[in-house]
Formats: sequence, structure tokens, C-alpha cells
Amino acid sequence: MTAPTADAVPTIGSIAPRPAVPWVRIAVGIVVTIIAIRLPYYYSPETNQIFSKVLYLAIAAMGLNLLTGFNGQVSIGHGAFFGVGAFTSAILVVNHGWYLEATIPVAAVLAALLGVLVGFPALRVKGLYLALITLGLAVLFPSVVKKYVHGPGGIPLLRPSRLEVQSLISSIPDDIYQYYVCLGVLVLTFLLAANLMRSRTGRAIIAVRDQEVAASTVGVDVARVKVLTFALSAAYAGVAGSLSVLIERSADASNPLIYFQDSIEFLIAVVIGGAATITGPLLGAMLLVAIQKRTEGTDALAPALLGGALIAVVYVLPEGIVGGYRRAVVWARRRRGMGSSGDDPPASASAPEPPSSDPDLPAAPTPSPT
Amino acid sequence: MQLFFDQFMNGIGAGVVFASVALALVIIYRTTGLLNFAQGEMALFSTFVAWWFTDRGLGVVAALLLTIVVSFVGGAVIERVLIRPVENSKSPLNVVIVTLGMFLAINALAALIFIKPGQEALQMPLLFPDGKTLGMQTATLGRAGILVAECVLLYLLLQKTKLGLMLRAVASNPESSKLVGINPGAMLMVGWAIASSIGAVAGVLAASRGTGSFDTSLMQQVLVYAFAAAALGGFDSPLGAVVGGLVVGVANSLTIQYIHALEGIELVVPFGLILVVLLVRPNGLFGRNVVERV
Repeated sequence: MTAPTADAVPTIGSIAPRPAVPWVRIAVGIVVTIIAIRLPYYYSPETNQIFSKVLYLAIAAMGLNLLTGFNGQVSIGHGAFFGVGAFTSAILVVNHGWYLEATIPVAAVLAALLGVLVGFPALRVKGLYLALITLGLAVLFPSVVKKYVHGPGGIPLLRPSRLEVQSLISSIPDDIYQYYVCLGVLVLTFLLAANLMRSRTGRAIIAVRDQEVAASTVGVDVARVKVLTFALSAAYAGVAGSLSVLIERSADASNPLIYFQDSIEFLIAVVIGGAATITGPLLGAMLLVAIQKRTEGTDALAPALLGGALIAVVYVLPEGIVGGYRRAVVWARRRRGMGSSGDDPPASASAPEPPSSDPDLPAAPTPSPT
Repeated sequence: MQLFFDQFMNGIGAGVVFASVALALVIIYRTTGLLNFAQGEMALFSTFVAWWFTDRGLGVVAALLLTIVVSFVGGAVIERVLIRPVENSKSPLNVVIVTLGMFLAINALAALIFIKPGQEALQMPLLFPDGKTLGMQTATLGRAGILVAECVLLYLLLQKTKLGLMLRAVASNPESSKLVGINPGAMLMVGWAIASSIGAVAGVLAASRGTGSFDTSLMQQVLVYAFAAAALGGFDSPLGAVVGGLVVGVANSLTIQYIHALEGIELVVPFGLILVVLLVRPNGLFGRNVVERV
């Protein structure tokens, strides 16, 4: 048996082979785009609502992933930021007659402001204790809202009439229009996150997670990075909350634990998708909603099945969907490399690195969240 | 003054439950270093078991004792079957997801097993008679007594027995304790078992408060307060958990009585308290500072 890895390392001074055009990636991209655009035309409005829910859940999970996955600050209170976004939009639409689409940036800014407020104590309080402070936020939020917001309709606070969140484009039905709005926002936030994590700031965010003191010695302003990440992450959750009003047509705080449950959903989406990956939260949100919908309707048994399914997912895919995919690809390549190693091992097929066709960030600087 | 005293004792009565759940959280945190989100629901399940025993005609005290035994075994089984496989996984978030899964599953299972269709709430016989002793509610005194007994037993177990020594050894240094012949896996099981038993006591205390009727939402608010209590006292300190629980209980009850501006948002007080304490002492009142080597 030859060790294929040894052959794969190019000798120093040799010209690295030009990377081939990633045809597979381009093809997958085109197919996914077509599917994403055509999807709502094949399903009922109810199903399209579920798709839209996946999209806004994914946005919130992406935001939480920036903070928890990439920056290592665990939050179980992102539901509160989500709620801020939802109520901002609902109030602006119902009481002030705004277009819902116009309220999204406002929701993002307000959520980010609250994020900054929480980010400052987070400089001093770490880990578990930080998680518990954020938990407090999520648990407090509904009762604060109940006390101070008097929307039309009482406790299920705001139910904007159908007119006020109608499709802005008359040729597209409401449910498909909502889906497209969510899809558009998702694409924007996805690109923002993907580019951010490749930038200098993104590297700083990861460095702070991996080794705070070392990061500060190479000139990273740790406090600024942490507070900024908190604000950005909160803004994502706020945007998601705003979109949720578009879909659900209400901002609701009648159940005192509702935003805690939302926080938990975001965290689950991040972990089962793959923490500290860009596509992970989106896949996680899809899987979570799929499990939820499968187990729904069995009545009392539903939460038990959901809980059991979550445990099973963690057992089968301990690094999330993206982590599992990476491992499968590495395994498949190694097997292929071993099979043909008798004759001449193909140099590119046995790289120990995660594969280049990976839709994500290069995995090297992101081993595992601390 | 009498009103203040009554409210204070009321707070102690509620605080005993928070303290017990916080104590269970701390025991698990010390032995395994993880936050058990399912603690409240495990306690809920134990409470249902206790109710089942009383429903079969047992006295409430006998039922409680039997439940403690059942919970001890149940806690050990949960650790071995559900937690062990993910304990060494790379991401600490995985264990969190497993406990969250348990949170959902145990709650639903309890309802499925013990509550008949159409039934809203169950009725737990009261542990203590109504009435007053020495000018205080007998129930409050009795509950405080149970908490004290719990603490004393736990102290004796941890500090005076060989098992306790082994538990502490694994908590402080798993590698070295393995070298001197302690089986860390077994100790983790014992840790979960003890926590589960303490949770069972907390659940029965919570259910037998007031009229004694309870349903599956019994422990959800309690868990939030217990988190607050444990954070206040420091996650690695049993003493801190007890003090934190009582402080949170009393603060909550006094807020409800005296600060009308906070009506409906009493939760501000425990969490405001945690925030202030943690800003001054980031590891809680009684927590140890963790020194990190760079």
C-alpha cells in the first residue's frame, strides 16, 4: 500500500496546476437556482407558507451561526431579537400604515441596537453565564411586550388585515410573492455572510473565538469584534422576525415561552446543519421544518418524535449535515484513491483537505466551535 | 411588618423549589460540565411517577421515597444511554441539542403515559397540613426543612464518603482520577442519578404547593428561575445554588408585593439581579475563577 497523501504534495518550486473550472459547482448552482425560483408554482399556498418559514428560519439561524458558530458566543436568546423585528414591523404596518417590505431595515436596525446593548455585558460574562443572560432576554421579552404594547386585537397582539401585507406585484399570488420576498432577503443575507467570513473582519471573528488573547496580540480589537458580531447577528434575527410577520400575519407574545422556543429552534437549525459553516443553517432549517412537519398531526406524540429525531440526528451527524457531507466526500475520495493506487494514484483525488467542490468556506481555519 | 414577613416566607417557600432544581443543575454541571436543559422535565416525569404511586394508594411520603429511588435509576440510565454517546463529540453544542431533545420528548411522554385524554390537570396530595406553626405556614417550614435535609445529606455524601471523594475527584480532574483507578463513566452515571433524585424532590415540592393541582407545564417556569439561581450562585457551587434559589424566590415574591410598576414583568428582577452579579463577579457569587492558559 502506498500512502497516497505523500504523492499528492507538490514539490516546492513546481508550478501549481491551474484549478479546473468547477463545472460541478456551476451546474449545481444553476439547478438550485431554477428549483428555488420555480418551486412555489408547483405547490399549494399552504406548502409555500412552509417554504417561506424555512427561509426566514434559515436567516435567523444564519445570524445565530455568525455569533455562536463563528464567534463562539453562545446565545439562547435570539428569539428576543426575532421578536423585536416582528413587533417593529407589525406596529409600523398596523399603526403607521407602512409597507411591510419597508419595515425590514428598521427592524434590522432596532434589533442590532438591542444586540449592541447585550453585546457589552457579553464582553465580561462568558460561556454558560452569557447563554443564561440571553435566556433571560428571551423569557422577559414576551412579558415586556404584553405590558407595554397595546395593539389592536389584544393579547395575540397584532393581526394585520390581509390587505396590508398583500402582494405588491399584482400578477403574482400572495403566497408566491411572500416566498420570493423571503428568498430575495435570504440570498442577500447569505451573500453578506459568505463574503464577510472570507474578509479580514470574518477572520478576526474566527480568531476571537479560537484564541482571544492571541487575536488581541496580532491587533484584533476583541471588544469591537465581539460587540459588532452580536449586533450583526441580532440584525439577522430581526430581519427574520420582520419576515415572519409577512408570512404569519401576526406578532404574538401571548405565550410567555414562545421566544425561548424560537431561540431553541434557531440553535437546533445551526447545530444539525453544521455550526460554523455558511450553508449549514439553511440545510438545518430545512431538516428541522421537515421533521416538524412529518411529526405534526400525531398529536400528543409529536413533540416526543421531534425530540427523538433531534437526538437521532446528533448521533448520526455529529458535525451537522455539512460536516457529514465533508466527511463522506473525503471518505469517498480516499476509497477511490486506494482502489487505483496500484497503478498510478491520481494526484488530485487523494488530497486530505476538504474537497474543493465544497460549497462552503475552506474548512481549514474553522475546525470546531469552542 | 407582618405582611413583609409573610411575603418573605412565601418567597422562601418558592425559593426552596428553585434551589433544589438549581442544585440538580449544579451537580450535573460539576460532574459533566454541561447544562442540562431537560432537568425540569426529568423532575416533571418523577413528579408524575410520585403521583402514580399515590394514585395506587400509597402515602405521599412513601411515594416520594419510592420516586427518589426510581429517579436515581432513571437518571443513571439516561446518562448511560443518551448522554454518553455524545459526551466526547467535538462540538459541546451536540450535548445541548440532546438535552433539548430530551426536554421535548420527556414532557410529551409524561403527558402520554400519565394523563388520560380529556384530563386537564392532576391532583397531588399535599405533603404538609395547612395551618401555622410558630406563626409561619407549616408548609413553608416543612419545605425549608426538606431543603436543609437535602443539603446535609448531599454534604455528607460528597465530603464524608468514599463515593463522594471519587465524585469530586472526577469533577476536578478526570484524567488523574482514571490513573488512580476510578471509573469516570460510573461516576458520571452516579452524578446524573443524584441530580435526578434531587430533581424528583423539587418536582414533588413544586406540585404540592398551593392546591396541589399540576400539569405538564409545572416545571418550565421553575427551570428558568433555577437557571437564574444557579447563575447567581455560580455554576460549580452547590452552596451557591441554594443561596441563589432562595434569593431569587424572595426577590420575586417581594417584587410582586411591593413594586407595582413591575406588575406582569416580575421576571425582570431575577434577571436584573443576575446581570448585576455577573458583571461584578463573572463566575457567580460562589463560583471559582477558571484560569485559562494561553
